[in-house]
Amino acid sequence: MLGQDFYVLSPLLILACASVLIMLLIAMKAGHRMIEVFSLVFFALAFGALFIIGRAIPYAIPPLLIVDGFGVFIVGLIIFSGLVINVLSYLYFAEKEENPKEYYVLLQLATLGACVLAISDHFISLFLGLELLSVGLYGLIAYLRARHHPVEAGIKYLVLAAFSSAFLLFGMALIYFQFGSMEFGVLANKLQSASFTPLVLTGLGMMLVGIGFKLAIVPFHLWAADVYQGAPPPITAFIATASKGGVLAMMLRFFTSVDGLRSDVIQIIFVVIAIASMVMGNLLALQQQNVKRLLAYSSVAHLGYMLVAFMSSGTHSTPAVSFYLLTYFLSTLAAFGVVSLLSGRDTDAEYIADYRGLFWRRPLMACIFTAALLSLAGIPLTAGFIGKFYILFSGLGQGLFISCLVLVLSSVVGLYYYLRMITAMFSAQGQTAAEGKRAHPLFYLFSSVTLSAVTVLIVWLGVNPSSFMGFMTGLIGK
Amino acid sequence: MILVWFIVILLVGGLLALLAGLVNRNLCRWIALATVLANFVLVVAFWISNPTGGSTINNFDTNSWITAYRSDWIPPFGISFHLALDGLSLLLLMLTFFLGAVSVLCSWEEIKERIGFYYFNLLWILAGITGVFVAMDLFLFYFFWELMLIPMYFLIGIWGSGNRVYAAIKFFIFTQASGLLMLLAILGLYFVHGQNTGNYTFGYFALLGTDLSANVALWLMLGFMIAFAVKLPVFPFHTWLPDAHGEAPTAGSLILAGLLLKTGAYGMMRFAVPLFPEAAASIAEWAMLLGVIGIIYGAIQAYSQTDLKRLVAYTSVSHMGFVILGVFAFNELAVQGVVMQLLTHGISTGALFLIAGMLKERLHTRDLDQMGGLWGQMPAMGGVTVLFAMASLGLPGLGNFIAEFLILMGSFDVNVWITVAGTLGLIFSAIYSLRIVQKIFLEQPARERAQTRDLSIREGIALAVLSLSVAWLGVYPQAVIDAAKPMVDQFTSVFASADDRDRIPSETVSELKIHPLKK
Repeated sequence: MLGQDFYVLSPLLILACASVLIMLLIAMKAGHRMIEVFSLVFFALAFGALFIIGRAIPYAIPPLLIVDGFGVFIVGLIIFSGLVINVLSYLYFAEKEENPKEYYVLLQLATLGACVLAISDHFISLFLGLELLSVGLYGLIAYLRARHHPVEAGIKYLVLAAFSSAFLLFGMALIYFQFGSMEFGVLANKLQSASFTPLVLTGLGMMLVGIGFKLAIVPFHLWAADVYQGAPPPITAFIATASKGGVLAMMLRFFTSVDGLRSDVIQIIFVVIAIASMVMGNLLALQQQNVKRLLAYSSVAHLGYMLVAFMSSGTHSTPAVSFYLLTYFLSTLAAFGVVSLLSGRDTDAEYIADYRGLFWRRPLMACIFTAALLSLAGIPLTAGFIGKFYILFSGLGQGLFISCLVLVLSSVVGLYYYLRMITAMFSAQGQTAAEGKRAHPLFYLFSSVTLSAVTVLIVWLGVNPSSFMGFMTGLIGK
Repeated sequence: MILVWFIVILLVGGLLALLAGLVNRNLCRWIALATVLANFVLVVAFWISNPTGGSTINNFDTNSWITAYRSDWIPPFGISFHLALDGLSLLLLMLTFFLGAVSVLCSWEEIKERIGFYYFNLLWILAGITGVFVAMDLFLFYFFWELMLIPMYFLIGIWGSGNRVYAAIKFFIFTQASGLLMLLAILGLYFVHGQNTGNYTFGYFALLGTDLSANVALWLMLGFMIAFAVKLPVFPFHTWLPDAHGEAPTAGSLILAGLLLKTGAYGMMRFAVPLFPEAAASIAEWAMLLGVIGIIYGAIQAYSQTDLKRLVAYTSVSHMGFVILGVFAFNELAVQGVVMQLLTHGISTGALFLIAGMLKERLHTRDLDQMGGLWGQMPAMGGVTVLFAMASLGLPGLGNFIAEFLILMGSFDVNVWITVAGTLGLIFSAIYSLRIVQKIFLEQPARERAQTRDLSIREGIALAVLSLSVAWLGVYPQAVIDAAKPMVDQFTSVFASADDRDRIPSETVSELKIHPLKK
């Protein structure tokens, strides 16, 4: 590797170094607070490094990686969500029975895995990133190992992730068998001249199964609700954002470069998956009483929305997916952030009943949660509205009428459950949960400020999206 | 620029009221009142300094626009922050700030908890409505259209009565679903226009006269119409209205009936018909038919209600039937009548909701069977109620008469039988209006009740202002007619050529035009 390679990869290298250094710190018996701050600093450094390498891109590191504008944008999103989750984790784990120090090692590694996925240009790097992410997540989901739900969720995720990896590998093997290469670029060239033989189609289909599991789109969504419910809220946020974002970026890159949507079969499969995800996700969320399960199903629907933009495969497709991903990241982080901050020592604040009258008890938290939910519902003045508009814009521009109509109608269904939660927060009676917290007040302040900043971003992107959109399209164009 | 100020003042006033609510309850009431009054004074001053009906400054090819403001918002999509004001918008803005002030006054005593947040929502609804009436970019229009929903949802859902959550969610889902269909139609129009001309824009003036095939135009127009029909509401889409009106707090009902319904009518006149004139003409008869069904159905439903607020809500369904009847008659008389109807219905129905709210505050019920014999205790309120009942039934001398008379006269020319059926609405409205007076004030009371007080000074002022304005509109509608004329002329001119139906020649129109106090 050349010096320039190291330079361009510096954000990822920082994350990798961080995990090693944190391990050393643990060996030196550093406290939770110190490790948290240390990990936070490294996330911030990695995020800052992205701005420095902006001038050097696009930069390919053949044959494994390609650091282009789109990759940098997604990596930025992933590291940002890692950073926010890192902030939230301190308060959540400060009062738990488990020693939380190794948690940060796993968090750094999982983030690294998601980042590698987003810039991979080769089956090998793809699989490496995916496994790094998954293995990190096994540990993170079941981190509170003495409890029932996290362990159940961890096992469930382990089995299904292994299963989906197997599908993915088999699909890759079939494609490799056909073309003798694992590089996206070479595959794209070979596919251009060849037609989609049954072997290739089977390979792509199997890869899609693997990807579908990771994204939790219908019909591969069955694990989502249980894992979301069982995992600690910060980790749920991580699964919903960084993990899905990395996989989605990888899928977008792969299918765009091999032009998979050229095949009618694949196109139909995507349409069916997208429509089923939007409809099923929203319908399943409708009667949930558990906020985490509700957000799990709503995220199934959101992935369906993004697939609509993905399918539109026009000039606006990639920017639309990227922008929606950003709004979805921000909203989801804010929502799970509130869940995580409101959680007590023994139970998470996971039932809608826990949120009754929240506005009158904790106005700031309620406002953040409301903004996040409104953004997920796609109401004007929030980023989600612009995101949804962008998707419809991209979809209708390419004539995806049915998908867009389903998107609109299913998001009306979605509105009902978002409103149900908002109504609960503003309703009069609420139990006063007196929680004796022991962490330093500075951390409460810091967490609240972080979430408020995310909320301000949500509103700002909803009111004045043009400047950011200009920046984003400029970056992605590289 | 003044248009931006209208919106900014309301938004900032809302935030101030929210903050003031944390400190002092009275302060935020006064802030809210001052905010709305400031806007009202501004718009009146603006009207005086820019006499409508003639041409003033203009950068458009028609001379119906008085002022405009434009700046880029999201250039990559061709979205601009474009506001413009013509006579119709001006009248509706006056109505908005006028009823806004009344609604602040009527919430003074009624709302006792979370006052800051209440006035925040109230002012932001008004900001959304203001935006809807002046937005000249379809994306911006949709933005404001949606902006007014959330605060309204909170207003009903938090401060409403009994079944408020159900009503609020029903209201929200009806309007949001129809609004999203409109968004699809807006995007459809955007792409068709962009593909035809290469100019991708949401600007209203660019999209006017887009070349569309009949089939596409029909679907796109239906997308717009569904949103407006739900808001107005047109007969089969009205089911959210009685619930929302019935459960909302007084100011909520007032704003719903007085302003939110008007946005539907405004949308039809500004967007659905001018953007797709041929498609609109092709459904005109069906629309008029639905209007008449609404008139009669609303009246019958109103007669059979026992809940006072639901009763008034159904009268709105009936009166709004006249609006769609008039809009789809496409002639000057009828459209002038529609403009009048928007104003007078806002005032008279608003007043009836105010009275219902005051009665509820005193008697703790909205059930008509629990009332009766109140005249002896509250003669002043009885008198005002009679006045507004008369307005509602279309008594000559009050504004509603002018409005409905003009609409019927205009639509008679287009479709005799539908109009004849619509006229029945006037008879029915007499029946239900008189029933209100009879049930509340005249009949023997169902049970003994304690003495109730008559109007307070604050309530008296609010009702007196409303009474004066409805009477003023009844005897001197010319100001309104003049103000709306350029817009109405432009609206109807589209059909002068597009439509081959027999219509009154324009000379006749000016003869028939009502000039009670012609200058």
